[in-house]
Amino acid sequence: MQTFNFLKPNRDNIKNYSIIGSILVLVSLIDVISNAFLKINLTFFLPGSLTYLFPLILGLMGLNMMRIDYSGNKTLDLLNKNINTNNFNALLTLLILFSVIKVLPQSLSWMILDATISGDSKDACTGTGACWTYIKVWFRRFMYGMYPNEFHWRINTAFILVIALGFVGYFMKENLKKYLALYYVIIYPVIAYLVIYYLISGGSFGLQWVETGAWGGLSLTFIVSFFCLIFCFPLGMIFALGRRSNLPAIKYISICYIEFWRGVPLITVLFMSSVMFPMFLPEDFFMDKLVRVIIAITLFEAAYCAEVIRGGLQSLPRGQYDAAKSLGMGYWKMHIFVILPQALKLVIPGIANTFLALVKDTPLIFVVGLAELAGMLALAKTNPKWLGFAMEGYIFASIVFWIICYAMSKYSYNLEAKYKTER
Amino acid sequence: MNNIIKKFIPQILAILFVVLIFGFLTLNAQTNMDNRGIDFGFDFLSQESSFDVQFSLIEYSGSDSYSRAFLVGLLNTLLVSFISIIICTILGVIIGVARLSSNYLIKNSAACYVEFFRNIPLLLQIFFWYYAALRALPMPEKANAWFGVTYMTVKGYYIPAMIWENLNVFLYCGLAAIISIIVLRNYASKLRDTQGKQIPVFLYSVALLIVLPLLSFLFGGVSLGFELPELKKLSKISYIYEGGISLPPELIALVLALSLYTSTFVAECVRAGIEGVSKGQKEAAASIGLTPNQVLKLVIMPQALRIIIPPTTNQYLNLTKNSSLAAAIAYPDLVLVFAGTALMQTGKAIEIVSITMLTYLTISLTIAAIMNWYNKKIEIKEK
Repeated sequence: MQTFNFLKPNRDNIKNYSIIGSILVLVSLIDVISNAFLKINLTFFLPGSLTYLFPLILGLMGLNMMRIDYSGNKTLDLLNKNINTNNFNALLTLLILFSVIKVLPQSLSWMILDATISGDSKDACTGTGACWTYIKVWFRRFMYGMYPNEFHWRINTAFILVIALGFVGYFMKENLKKYLALYYVIIYPVIAYLVIYYLISGGSFGLQWVETGAWGGLSLTFIVSFFCLIFCFPLGMIFALGRRSNLPAIKYISICYIEFWRGVPLITVLFMSSVMFPMFLPEDFFMDKLVRVIIAITLFEAAYCAEVIRGGLQSLPRGQYDAAKSLGMGYWKMHIFVILPQALKLVIPGIANTFLALVKDTPLIFVVGLAELAGMLALAKTNPKWLGFAMEGYIFASIVFWIICYAMSKYSYNLEAKYKTER
Repeated sequence: MNNIIKKFIPQILAILFVVLIFGFLTLNAQTNMDNRGIDFGFDFLSQESSFDVQFSLIEYSGSDSYSRAFLVGLLNTLLVSFISIIICTILGVIIGVARLSSNYLIKNSAACYVEFFRNIPLLLQIFFWYYAALRALPMPEKANAWFGVTYMTVKGYYIPAMIWENLNVFLYCGLAAIISIIVLRNYASKLRDTQGKQIPVFLYSVALLIVLPLLSFLFGGVSLGFELPELKKLSKISYIYEGGISLPPELIALVLALSLYTSTFVAECVRAGIEGVSKGQKEAAASIGLTPNQVLKLVIMPQALRIIIPPTTNQYLNLTKNSSLAAAIAYPDLVLVFAGTALMQTGKAIEIVSITMLTYLTISLTIAAIMNWYNKKIEIKEK
């Protein structure tokens, strides 16, 4: 069979071929760049659709001329290996490059170069770019909701306190380390609750009472996800153990619980907490909307947590159970000292994913009328003074959430690597 | 004795605890309903609903009953889930395979795509598409035609409607084609097992799928016409398209957000599945002389699918549940129509919320049961 070797280089002529090829690719890139930036069509003399295909054809030819198994030139080999293995790959490479050149400058100029950030009213935004003035003016609302401006320090202090308390575990003395779990599961949530209640809600110690209806913005997202996080984990652990129990009643109660919550969407759970749940409470008993929402999300996420932890429990080899039993350990002793420490180590990525899902689910509380970030955006969007900036608002919120979620997922990778033990 | 106590006391306590909680809640509910003069019952389902739904797949007007409104919502939910599942599968497979590409640029742009869409809350994505991106589309009178006959406007996407004559004949032909393909496949595998003969099943199947429906056009009296959307002037400045099918922007925003978001998870499942097939399998397959295509089709895919399908079904279920976010942008799905409007009108909170939750629960549990059965079936049976 005769091989098709039109424009195929070999080791002797690769030098010339690679020069010609790179010139061709360069020309095609210049064509696209001039088209994107300067709005000049270099190939105006070509008919119709050929002008669009011209850089593609040129680039493909160039890349084809540069392709060789081994040339000895380091850069060329690297290029061939990574972006130019065959014609199809070369085509995809060119397409990606061209679309980046076309799209990136436009969005950059919209977001940064042509954008306005000065001024403090809509009139400042006259340019063609984004109006970050809108975000600047509404920034406090987006962060703190309707919470009175002069009290924002209370939210900040409360958050700093809670975070600082969370790091206590790192600085605990070696002989106190055994109480770490106790601290994180029971003492820490109580202290955090008290701090948030007395500082953010106020009402005592000379602090003015701020009702939860005024809470909002990103801080509310943090509060809701924080409480759900620390409550859903122990609850999930209990149900995971329950589902693996030998006692049929406990097993089936756990299965029913887990399958029920995993089968319904969160939004209906939130609806339930806001319209149906008050009917199930004693008459003169009032429960704050925020508390109801936190309970609902906790119960919901606990089921997902339980399934993740159960996966970890199941993947432990039977020998671990047998060994613990042969040492004369009872059920609780065996689980607390042998099984759970290993199982939890295994499920770190899964748990992190559940927590990530939880943080991403918190904007849903907007549906029951709590104005966290998405809710504040909806409010700001309909403000008659600031109509028409929906795009900026949602891009800002997306960036904020993206940073939070991405940081969380990267942190979970690190944790996973840190606690990985050879098995 | 000690053992029996150890076994039974926790169980009795657990049951008692559950019963007490339920009893307490029911008691409260009863007193509350008595006080407010609400009675419990499902007879409101047959009453006239007297509200309108903007978009529905079946005939519906305000004079229909609440149960029909429920059906409208359910069908809308299933519609949006179905479309999104198809799109997210296609996207997810492409991205998942791209993440394993040897091309540096492709690999990394796929990774960027996944990291980008996965880490933004779905609700924000829906809002972004609905309130920001789709609002930037042209008004009906300024819209350019896509593919010549469809129009993407700020009021929705207008596509030609198909007008069938003798649709049932066509459908029967399609059904017959599918049945004959199944028969053919069984026959072919039997032939291969007993006599070692290979017949090109795929070609025959494609031919059957094309020829049988074509025959129905020629001899069955089936005909297909198109009704094109046409621009119509309502008043001086307001235009609208008439005829054809209009997909409301709510549906488009929802489908876009759901499928882009879920496709990242599907992509991760696909990647994990293909990576999960050990390298030795590929090498072994190549060493017995299979071509690269055969390696992929006969060795890698069957094993990868076994890893891919269970988590992917889970993602489909998540997508169906997430489609309830439609309520936030007023797409008339189950939650908005039934748990929103109907609840507001009747005030039957307990009944309506429990019906809605039970519906989702039924969908989830049915699919989960099917999946469990399927997993058992495809499980590798080790000796």
